[in-house]
Amino acid sequence: MSSLTEKDRPIVQLLLNTGTCPRCILRFCCVGSQALYRRPYKDLMKDLKEFLKNNQEKEDTVCLDVVDPPCKRIRLEHVEEGPDELSHNGALQQIPSVNDESTAMENSAVKVCNVCLGILQEFCEADFVKKVCHQVNSADYQFTSFVFSVSLPPQLSVREVSVYRYFFITYMRMKESNCGIKLGLSLAKDDIVQLKEAYKWIIHPQLSEELGVPADGKSLFEVSVVFAHPETEEECHFLAAACPDCFKPAKNKQSVFTRMAVIKALEKIKEEDFLKHFPCPPSSPKNLCVALEIQCNNGAVFVAGRYNKYSRNLPQTPWIIDGERKLESSVEELISEHLMAEFKAESFNFSSSGREDVDVRTLGNGRPFAIELVNPRRIHFTAEEMKGLQQTINNSSDKIQVRDLQLVTRSAIGRMKEGEEEKTKTYSALIWTDKAIQKEDIAFLDDIKELKLDQKTPLRVLHRRPLAVRCRIIHTMKAEYIDEHHFRLHLKTQAGTYIKEFVHGDFGRTKPNIGSLLNRTADILELDVESVDVDWPPTLDN
Amino acid sequence: RICVITLAEAHPLLQSGKTIKSINYQISANCSRLQNKVSGKSKRGAQFLTELAPLCRISSSDGEEYTIYSCIRGRLIEVNENILSNPAILQEKPSTEGYIAVVLPKFEESKSITQGLLTQKEYEEVLLKRLNSS
Repeated sequence: MSSLTEKDRPIVQLLLNTGTCPRCILRFCCVGSQALYRRPYKDLMKDLKEFLKNNQEKEDTVCLDVVDPPCKRIRLEHVEEGPDELSHNGALQQIPSVNDESTAMENSAVKVCNVCLGILQEFCEADFVKKVCHQVNSADYQFTSFVFSVSLPPQLSVREVSVYRYFFITYMRMKESNCGIKLGLSLAKDDIVQLKEAYKWIIHPQLSEELGVPADGKSLFEVSVVFAHPETEEECHFLAAACPDCFKPAKNKQSVFTRMAVIKALEKIKEEDFLKHFPCPPSSPKNLCVALEIQCNNGAVFVAGRYNKYSRNLPQTPWIIDGERKLESSVEELISEHLMAEFKAESFNFSSSGREDVDVRTLGNGRPFAIELVNPRRIHFTAEEMKGLQQTINNSSDKIQVRDLQLVTRSAIGRMKEGEEEKTKTYSALIWTDKAIQKEDIAFLDDIKELKLDQKTPLRVLHRRPLAVRCRIIHTMKAEYIDEHHFRLHLKTQAGTYIKEFVHGDFGRTKPNIGSLLNRTADILELDVESVDVDWPPTLDN
Repeated sequence: RICVITLAEAHPLLQSGKTIKSINYQISANCSRLQNKVSGKSKRGAQFLTELAPLCRISSSDGEEYTIYSCIRGRLIEVNENILSNPAILQEKPSTEGYIAVVLPKFEESKSITQGLLTQKEYEEVLLKRLNSS
């Protein structure tokens, strides 16, 4: 094994004898060659044995010193110094002598690794890969790449620390002082290959081949596996006693022992405390980890468009009070229904550039909207298919119509919301007056430009909005005389203007208002949105 | 359910011949309805009103003083400051621009409050009875 050098020998020997699997050994030796990890398990085992044997045969003073005598010396010291030194529960166990090497190694070939608990053993094999891919394929998702995310049980961090920090570092220190030789070990923690990283090195190519698509960190399609090891679940608990402030119970987490909390505690805990409660090296478990869940998730897709509303009896979102639906259907349901079916999504989030009341129509180019489809199974749609979808929606209802239906990115939503605050809208209102009017009486309205209004929060929404005064501008108006008590008013206003209140005055809380301008009592009979002046989403040839 | 408090039809102030001299929202040494400040959706900081809480006192030019009561329990959202600057609208448009105050009862009490009020018809019957008995 070319990547292993002389200085690794003691580590390899030590870990092999105490139940660590070959791949974890490679990790602790800071071997960075991905190809090595991908070699079959049996081959790796053989290679390690070869490595140890070869070095033994060489006549190398350093070797001999390092391997043989110190072991015996430690045992001697152990006897001399008596129980005090090693009164810790499970601290530095006796290092088996070189002679036991072969048997120990044979045993460890079948033993579950005491560091990775089988992750770098069983769970790198073709069987597991097949199992994962079977799940993925049966979930029936459309994807062109994948990201594989793995959730490891927190005990692994504890065991890693136990081996790295307390086992062979201490062992090395002892050997250095015993042999009087500087082994020159500069085992920086950062050089050790992380378990997750090594695991991905091994499993990504296998998954990639089986699924037929590349692994890509930025992929929207996520395959996630959660591993657990119930046998050793309680191993972390001693940390709670040693570092109680790291473990705050969070409401939505089942266990307080999250990976992050455990890692934090491991950094804080004092050496003596750790050694008191946790065996070094860690014990070999009886069982492997279990893969609890294998789940697939696709990133959300966004569909945007513009809708027209032709009904005066349709809310934008479902109107349900105390579990009872007050009005049938809604704009969002009529649009989303078909999208949900086609994209096979789990759920949706509907948003639009502003809203209109139940009894207000939306005419003209319509109002921009966007729907986030959560965890869709189908994500690829051509422009043709989108047009077809648009047609389906339009055929299904005469209450709403959609146009410019297209796929957009998440960032595009920002543009739509911008429209809600900043862009102008035009309206058409049918107005009634108590006292008779003549054409001349309303003509002056056409000449009023940039009329400033002060609108207190309308009474009709006051129960659910804060009380405030809004300054809004009516840019232009145009009045169309109908008869002595009716006329139609077209207006272009700033976003956020309450039109109904501008007409009837809302108990005098919107000033000025049509009533005050005409010196009459006025009320609004009908309101239509003529246009929402936002130039998004891009217009398509519909 | 938002409630708007206004003068009832039959209120003396709305009968012909009465002119309003002044309207005062300072109902006691410590309490002025004008100082009512609410914030947020839940209208925190609002003065809480019971049925008999005075909203304002109105003096007419013939020396009479009338106290207008809340009549319902709830948070005081706002009082109508327009009637201070233009008392005429109180008599001209008592049910719209001449309103007295806006009150928001507790959601749970909404229904019971509504049930405790009279409908337009019931009110007219009360007025009739009053006329007939006097």
